[in-house]
Amino acid sequence: MTELPLIGEAVAVAASPRLAGAKIGVVTFPGTLDDRDAARAVRLAGGTPVPLWHADTALGDVDAVIIPGGFSYGDYLRAGAIARFAPLMSKVIDAANSDAKLPVLGICNGFQILTESHLLPGSMIKNDHLKFMCRDQVLRVENSNTDWTLDYAEGQEITVPLKNQDGQYIADEKTLDALEAEGRVVFRYVGFNPNGSRRDIAGISNAAGNVVGLMPHPEHAVELGFGPESLDGIGGSDTDGLGFFTSVLNKIVGANK
Amino acid sequence: MPRIVVDVMPKPEILDPQGKAIVGALPRLGFTSFSAVRQGKRFELTVDGEVTDAILAQAKEAAETLLSNPVIEDVVNVEVVEA
Repeated sequence: MTELPLIGEAVAVAASPRLAGAKIGVVTFPGTLDDRDAARAVRLAGGTPVPLWHADTALGDVDAVIIPGGFSYGDYLRAGAIARFAPLMSKVIDAANSDAKLPVLGICNGFQILTESHLLPGSMIKNDHLKFMCRDQVLRVENSNTDWTLDYAEGQEITVPLKNQDGQYIADEKTLDALEAEGRVVFRYVGFNPNGSRRDIAGISNAAGNVVGLMPHPEHAVELGFGPESLDGIGGSDTDGLGFFTSVLNKIVGANK
Repeated sequence: MPRIVVDVMPKPEILDPQGKAIVGALPRLGFTSFSAVRQGKRFELTVDGEVTDAILAQAKEAAETLLSNPVIEDVVNVEVVEA
Protein backbone atom coordinates (compact mmCIF):
# COMPACT_ATOMS: atom_id res chain seq x y z
CA MET A 1 0.00 0.00 0.00
CA THR A 2 2.97 2.34 -0.28
CA GLU A 3 2.85 3.71 -3.81
CA LEU A 4 -0.61 3.90 -5.34
CA PRO A 5 -0.54 5.22 -8.89
CA LEU A 6 -3.21 7.86 -9.39
CA ILE A 7 -5.38 7.02 -12.39
CA GLY A 8 -7.60 10.04 -12.23
CA GLU A 9 -6.66 13.50 -11.22
CA ALA A 10 -6.51 13.99 -7.49
CA VAL A 11 -8.57 17.11 -7.41
CA ALA A 12 -10.55 16.66 -4.34
CA VAL A 13 -8.45 18.25 -1.74
CA ALA A 14 -5.68 20.72 -1.79
CA ALA A 15 -4.25 18.55 0.90
CA SER A 16 -2.60 20.32 3.74
CA PRO A 17 0.80 18.87 4.57
CA ARG A 18 -0.51 18.59 8.12
CA LEU A 19 -3.00 15.93 7.05
CA ALA A 20 -0.26 13.61 5.80
CA GLY A 21 0.83 13.19 9.40
CA ALA A 22 -2.52 11.54 10.22
CA LYS A 23 -2.32 7.75 9.98
CA ILE A 24 -5.41 5.74 9.12
CA GLY A 25 -5.18 1.98 9.61
CA VAL A 26 -6.96 -0.16 7.01
CA VAL A 27 -7.68 -3.72 8.18
CA THR A 28 -7.36 -6.69 5.83
CA PHE A 29 -9.07 -9.99 6.66
CA PRO A 30 -8.98 -13.11 4.49
CA GLY A 31 -11.60 -12.26 1.87
CA THR A 32 -11.48 -8.48 2.23
CA LEU A 33 -11.90 -6.76 -1.17
CA ASP A 34 -11.87 -3.04 -0.71
CA ASP A 35 -8.82 -2.47 1.45
CA ARG A 36 -6.84 -1.04 -1.48
CA ASP A 37 -9.63 1.33 -2.40
CA ALA A 38 -10.00 2.47 1.21
CA ALA A 39 -6.25 3.07 1.49
CA ARG A 40 -6.35 4.97 -1.78
CA ALA A 41 -9.21 7.12 -0.55
CA VAL A 42 -7.21 8.00 2.56
CA ARG A 43 -4.29 9.01 0.36
CA LEU A 44 -6.45 11.05 -2.02
CA ALA A 45 -7.89 12.85 0.98
CA GLY A 46 -4.38 13.79 2.04
CA GLY A 47 -3.73 11.27 4.81
CA THR A 48 -1.38 8.33 5.23
CA PRO A 49 -2.92 4.84 5.03
CA VAL A 50 -1.38 2.11 7.19
CA PRO A 51 -2.07 -1.54 6.29
CA LEU A 52 -3.21 -3.65 9.23
CA TRP A 53 -3.54 -7.45 9.16
CA HIS A 54 -6.32 -9.30 10.96
CA ALA A 55 -3.83 -11.46 12.86
CA ASP A 56 -1.88 -8.45 14.16
CA THR A 57 -2.01 -8.13 17.93
CA ALA A 58 -1.34 -4.39 18.08
CA LEU A 59 -2.81 -1.33 16.38
CA GLY A 60 0.46 0.58 16.39
CA ASP A 61 0.21 4.35 16.33
CA VAL A 62 -2.74 4.76 13.96
CA ASP A 63 -5.09 7.70 14.58
CA ALA A 64 -8.18 5.96 13.15
CA VAL A 65 -9.19 2.62 11.65
CA ILE A 66 -11.21 1.69 8.58
CA ILE A 67 -12.72 -1.80 8.32
CA PRO A 68 -13.30 -2.14 4.60
CA GLY A 69 -15.78 -4.11 2.54
CA GLY A 70 -15.56 -7.56 1.04
CA PHE A 71 -16.40 -11.07 2.11
CA SER A 72 -14.27 -11.74 5.17
CA TYR A 73 -14.09 -15.50 5.74
CA GLY A 74 -16.37 -15.95 2.74
CA ASP A 75 -19.34 -14.63 4.75
CA TYR A 76 -19.39 -18.10 6.32
CA LEU A 77 -21.61 -18.51 9.39
CA ARG A 78 -22.88 -14.91 9.17
CA ALA A 79 -21.35 -11.92 7.41
CA GLY A 80 -18.68 -10.54 9.75
CA ALA A 81 -19.21 -13.17 12.45
CA ILE A 82 -15.79 -14.83 12.25
CA ALA A 83 -13.85 -11.64 11.53
CA ARG A 84 -15.23 -10.18 14.73
CA PHE A 85 -13.08 -12.62 16.74
CA ALA A 86 -9.81 -11.87 14.87
CA PRO A 87 -6.99 -10.84 17.23
CA LEU A 88 -6.85 -7.31 15.84
CA MET A 89 -10.59 -6.77 16.33
CA SER A 90 -10.32 -7.00 20.11
CA LYS A 91 -7.77 -4.16 19.93
CA VAL A 92 -10.07 -2.14 17.68
CA ILE A 93 -13.01 -2.72 20.03
CA ASP A 94 -11.00 -1.68 23.10
CA ALA A 95 -9.62 1.42 21.38
CA ALA A 96 -13.06 2.46 20.10
CA ASN A 97 -14.52 2.15 23.60
CA SER A 98 -11.54 3.77 25.36
CA ASP A 99 -11.41 7.36 26.58
CA ALA A 100 -9.36 8.18 23.48
CA LYS A 101 -12.38 7.11 21.37
CA LEU A 102 -10.46 5.92 18.34
CA PRO A 103 -12.42 6.82 15.19
CA VAL A 104 -13.57 3.62 13.44
CA LEU A 105 -15.40 3.40 10.10
CA GLY A 106 -16.98 0.15 8.91
CA ILE A 107 -17.97 -0.02 5.26
CA CYS A 108 -20.33 -2.78 4.02
CA ASN A 109 -18.75 -5.99 5.38
CA GLY A 110 -16.94 -3.67 7.82
CA PHE A 111 -20.35 -2.45 9.05
CA GLN A 112 -21.42 -6.07 9.49
CA ILE A 113 -18.25 -6.74 11.49
CA LEU A 114 -18.98 -3.73 13.72
CA THR A 115 -22.50 -4.96 14.50
CA GLU A 116 -21.19 -8.46 15.21
CA SER A 117 -18.62 -6.80 17.50
CA HIS A 118 -21.45 -4.96 19.32
CA LEU A 119 -19.76 -1.64 18.62
CA LEU A 120 -22.95 -0.76 16.75
CA PRO A 121 -26.46 -2.04 17.49
CA GLY A 122 -28.68 -4.09 15.21
CA SER A 123 -27.66 -6.44 12.46
CA MET A 124 -27.80 -7.03 8.72
CA ILE A 125 -29.80 -9.82 7.09
CA LYS A 126 -30.28 -10.74 3.44
CA ASN A 127 -31.72 -8.08 1.16
CA ASP A 128 -35.51 -8.32 1.16
CA HIS A 129 -35.47 -9.11 -2.60
CA LEU A 130 -32.76 -11.79 -2.05
CA LYS A 131 -30.53 -10.50 -4.85
CA PHE A 132 -27.08 -9.03 -4.83
CA MET A 133 -27.50 -5.37 -5.74
CA CYS A 134 -24.97 -2.98 -7.25
CA ARG A 135 -26.04 0.57 -8.02
CA ASP A 136 -25.31 4.22 -7.46
CA GLN A 137 -27.22 5.20 -4.37
CA VAL A 138 -28.33 8.59 -3.08
CA LEU A 139 -27.90 9.03 0.68
CA ARG A 140 -28.90 11.86 2.99
CA VAL A 141 -26.42 12.84 5.68
CA GLU A 142 -28.61 12.97 8.79
CA ASN A 143 -25.85 13.70 11.29
CA SER A 144 -22.81 15.79 10.41
CA ASN A 145 -21.33 15.65 13.90
CA THR A 146 -19.71 12.21 13.81
CA ASP A 147 -15.95 11.89 13.34
CA TRP A 148 -16.57 10.68 9.78
CA THR A 149 -19.18 13.23 8.63
CA LEU A 150 -17.87 16.59 9.96
CA ASP A 151 -17.10 17.87 6.46
CA TYR A 152 -20.68 17.31 5.25
CA ALA A 153 -23.68 19.53 5.90
CA GLU A 154 -26.66 18.11 7.74
CA GLY A 155 -29.30 17.16 5.17
CA GLN A 156 -26.74 17.07 2.34
CA GLU A 157 -27.46 14.43 -0.30
CA ILE A 158 -24.52 12.44 -1.64
CA THR A 159 -24.27 9.67 -4.25
CA VAL A 160 -21.96 6.71 -3.73
CA PRO A 161 -21.92 3.12 -5.00
CA LEU A 162 -23.76 0.40 -3.09
CA LYS A 163 -23.07 -3.32 -3.59
CA ASN A 164 -24.22 -6.02 -1.24
CA GLN A 165 -26.35 -9.06 -0.62
CA ASP A 166 -26.77 -8.93 3.16
CA GLY A 167 -27.62 -5.25 3.41
CA GLN A 168 -30.97 -5.18 5.14
CA TYR A 169 -30.44 -3.30 8.39
CA ILE A 170 -32.65 -4.51 11.20
CA ALA A 171 -33.01 -3.83 14.90
CA ASP A 172 -35.94 -4.01 17.30
CA GLU A 173 -38.29 -1.02 17.47
CA LYS A 174 -36.92 0.14 20.80
CA THR A 175 -33.37 0.25 19.43
CA LEU A 176 -34.54 2.03 16.28
CA ASP A 177 -36.42 4.62 18.34
CA ALA A 178 -33.34 5.18 20.50
CA LEU A 179 -31.09 5.57 17.45
CA GLU A 180 -33.49 8.17 15.99
CA ALA A 181 -33.86 10.03 19.28
CA GLU A 182 -30.11 10.21 19.84
CA GLY A 183 -29.33 11.32 16.28
CA ARG A 184 -27.42 8.15 15.61
CA VAL A 185 -29.01 7.48 12.22
CA VAL A 186 -26.16 9.01 10.22
CA PHE A 187 -27.24 8.13 6.66
CA ARG A 188 -30.60 7.31 5.11
CA TYR A 189 -31.38 5.96 1.64
CA VAL A 190 -33.09 8.59 -0.52
CA GLY A 191 -35.58 7.83 -3.29
CA PHE A 192 -35.19 4.06 -3.18
CA ASN A 193 -34.58 1.62 -0.35
CA PRO A 194 -32.28 -0.95 -1.99
CA ASN A 195 -32.54 -3.75 0.58
CA GLY A 196 -35.53 -3.31 2.87
CA SER A 197 -33.54 -1.68 5.68
CA ARG A 198 -35.69 -0.53 8.58
CA ARG A 199 -36.58 3.16 8.33
CA ASP A 200 -34.38 3.51 5.22
CA ILE A 201 -31.28 3.37 7.43
CA ALA A 202 -28.02 3.20 5.47
CA GLY A 203 -25.60 3.97 8.30
CA ILE A 204 -25.46 4.55 12.05
CA SER A 205 -23.03 5.61 14.75
CA ASN A 206 -22.29 4.77 18.36
CA ALA A 207 -23.30 7.22 21.08
CA ALA A 208 -19.96 9.05 21.03
CA GLY A 209 -19.93 9.42 17.24
CA ASN A 210 -16.45 7.97 16.79
CA VAL A 211 -17.71 4.64 15.40
CA VAL A 212 -19.71 4.82 12.16
CA GLY A 213 -20.89 1.97 9.94
CA LEU A 214 -22.71 2.04 6.62
CA MET A 215 -23.51 -0.36 3.80
CA PRO A 216 -22.74 1.91 0.78
CA HIS A 217 -19.15 2.53 -0.31
CA PRO A 218 -17.80 6.09 -0.02
CA GLU A 219 -14.30 4.87 -0.88
CA HIS A 220 -15.47 4.16 -4.44
CA ALA A 221 -16.47 7.79 -4.96
CA VAL A 222 -13.28 9.73 -4.40
CA GLU A 223 -11.89 10.42 -7.88
CA LEU A 224 -13.10 12.49 -10.83
CA GLY A 225 -14.03 10.29 -13.78
CA PHE A 226 -14.32 7.16 -11.63
CA GLY A 227 -17.37 7.84 -9.51
CA PRO A 228 -21.12 7.64 -9.94
CA GLU A 229 -21.62 10.89 -11.85
CA SER A 230 -20.23 9.66 -15.12
CA LEU A 231 -22.50 6.61 -15.26
CA ASP A 232 -26.12 7.62 -15.24
CA GLY A 233 -26.21 11.16 -14.03
CA ILE A 234 -28.44 10.46 -11.05
CA GLY A 235 -26.81 13.31 -9.23
CA GLY A 236 -24.03 14.01 -6.87
CA SER A 237 -20.47 14.13 -8.04
CA ASP A 238 -17.73 11.60 -8.57
CA THR A 239 -16.14 12.58 -5.30
CA ASP A 240 -19.07 12.63 -2.90
CA GLY A 241 -17.42 9.97 -0.74
CA LEU A 242 -14.26 11.90 -0.09
CA GLY A 243 -15.79 13.82 2.79
CA PHE A 244 -15.65 10.74 5.03
CA PHE A 245 -11.90 10.70 4.81
CA THR A 246 -11.28 14.45 4.96
CA SER A 247 -13.62 14.62 7.96
CA VAL A 248 -11.61 12.23 10.08
CA LEU A 249 -8.25 13.58 8.88
CA ASN A 250 -9.24 17.13 9.72
CA LYS A 251 -10.59 15.95 13.05
CA ILE A 252 -7.28 14.23 13.85
CA VAL A 253 -5.24 17.35 13.08
CA GLY A 254 -7.84 19.62 14.67
CA ALA A 255 -8.81 21.50 11.53
CA ASN A 256 -12.56 20.89 11.14
CA LYS A 257 -14.95 23.75 10.51
CA MET B 1 -17.82 -40.14 18.53
CA PRO B 2 -20.61 -38.23 20.23
CA ARG B 3 -21.74 -35.02 18.66
CA ILE B 4 -23.42 -31.99 20.11
CA VAL B 5 -26.10 -30.65 17.82
CA VAL B 6 -26.92 -26.95 17.97
CA ASP B 7 -30.00 -25.61 16.18
CA VAL B 8 -30.27 -21.89 15.45
CA MET B 9 -33.38 -20.19 14.05
CA PRO B 10 -34.11 -16.61 13.01
CA LYS B 11 -36.07 -14.85 15.74
CA PRO B 12 -39.84 -15.11 15.23
CA GLU B 13 -40.24 -11.35 14.81
CA ILE B 14 -37.52 -11.17 12.14
CA LEU B 15 -38.64 -11.54 8.56
CA ASP B 16 -36.78 -14.50 7.05
CA PRO B 17 -36.23 -13.59 3.37
CA GLN B 18 -34.87 -17.06 2.53
CA GLY B 19 -37.84 -18.83 4.09
CA LYS B 20 -40.15 -16.51 2.20
CA ALA B 21 -38.51 -17.45 -1.09
CA ILE B 22 -38.79 -21.14 -0.27
CA VAL B 23 -42.49 -20.94 0.60
CA GLY B 24 -43.00 -19.23 -2.75
CA ALA B 25 -41.25 -22.07 -4.57
CA LEU B 26 -43.06 -24.98 -2.89
CA PRO B 27 -46.43 -24.63 -4.67
CA ARG B 28 -44.69 -24.58 -8.04
CA LEU B 29 -43.64 -28.18 -7.31
CA GLY B 30 -47.10 -29.18 -6.18
CA PHE B 31 -46.43 -28.88 -2.44
CA THR B 32 -49.47 -26.81 -1.59
CA SER B 33 -49.99 -27.65 2.09
CA PHE B 34 -47.38 -25.33 3.57
CA SER B 35 -48.24 -21.75 4.41
CA ALA B 36 -44.88 -20.65 5.84
CA VAL B 37 -41.23 -21.68 5.89
CA ARG B 38 -38.49 -20.49 8.17
CA GLN B 39 -34.92 -21.50 7.47
CA GLY B 40 -32.44 -22.07 10.29
CA LYS B 41 -29.02 -23.62 10.80
CA ARG B 42 -27.88 -26.89 12.33
CA PHE B 43 -24.34 -27.25 13.70
CA GLU B 44 -22.77 -30.58 14.64
CA LEU B 45 -19.88 -30.34 17.07
CA THR B 46 -17.88 -33.56 17.30
CA VAL B 47 -16.37 -34.41 20.67
CA ASP B 48 -13.42 -36.78 21.04
CA GLY B 49 -14.48 -38.78 24.08
CA GLU B 50 -17.26 -38.37 26.56
CA VAL B 51 -19.49 -35.28 26.62
CA THR B 52 -19.12 -33.97 30.15
CA ASP B 53 -21.25 -31.25 31.69
CA ALA B 54 -18.34 -28.86 31.23
CA ILE B 55 -18.09 -29.64 27.51
CA LEU B 56 -21.85 -29.24 27.09
CA ALA B 57 -21.64 -25.90 28.88
CA GLN B 58 -18.89 -24.85 26.47
CA ALA B 59 -21.07 -25.81 23.53
CA LYS B 60 -23.91 -23.72 24.92
CA GLU B 61 -21.59 -20.75 25.36
CA ALA B 62 -20.22 -21.16 21.84
CA ALA B 63 -23.79 -21.34 20.55
CA GLU B 64 -24.63 -18.01 22.16
CA THR B 65 -21.42 -16.18 21.26
CA LEU B 66 -20.27 -17.42 17.85
CA LEU B 67 -22.82 -19.77 16.32
CA SER B 68 -25.73 -17.36 16.71
CA ASN B 69 -26.21 -13.61 16.74
CA PRO B 70 -28.70 -12.87 19.54
CA VAL B 71 -29.91 -9.76 17.72
CA ILE B 72 -31.43 -11.80 14.92
CA GLU B 73 -31.31 -15.45 15.98
CA ASP B 74 -32.29 -17.80 18.83
CA VAL B 75 -30.50 -20.97 19.87
CA VAL B 76 -33.51 -23.29 19.94
CA ASN B 77 -31.78 -26.58 20.79
CA VAL B 78 -28.49 -27.93 22.14
CA GLU B 79 -28.40 -31.71 22.52
CA VAL B 80 -25.98 -34.62 22.59
CA VAL B 81 -26.32 -37.21 19.83
CA GLU B 82 -24.43 -40.47 20.18
CA ALA B 83 -22.93 -41.56 16.88
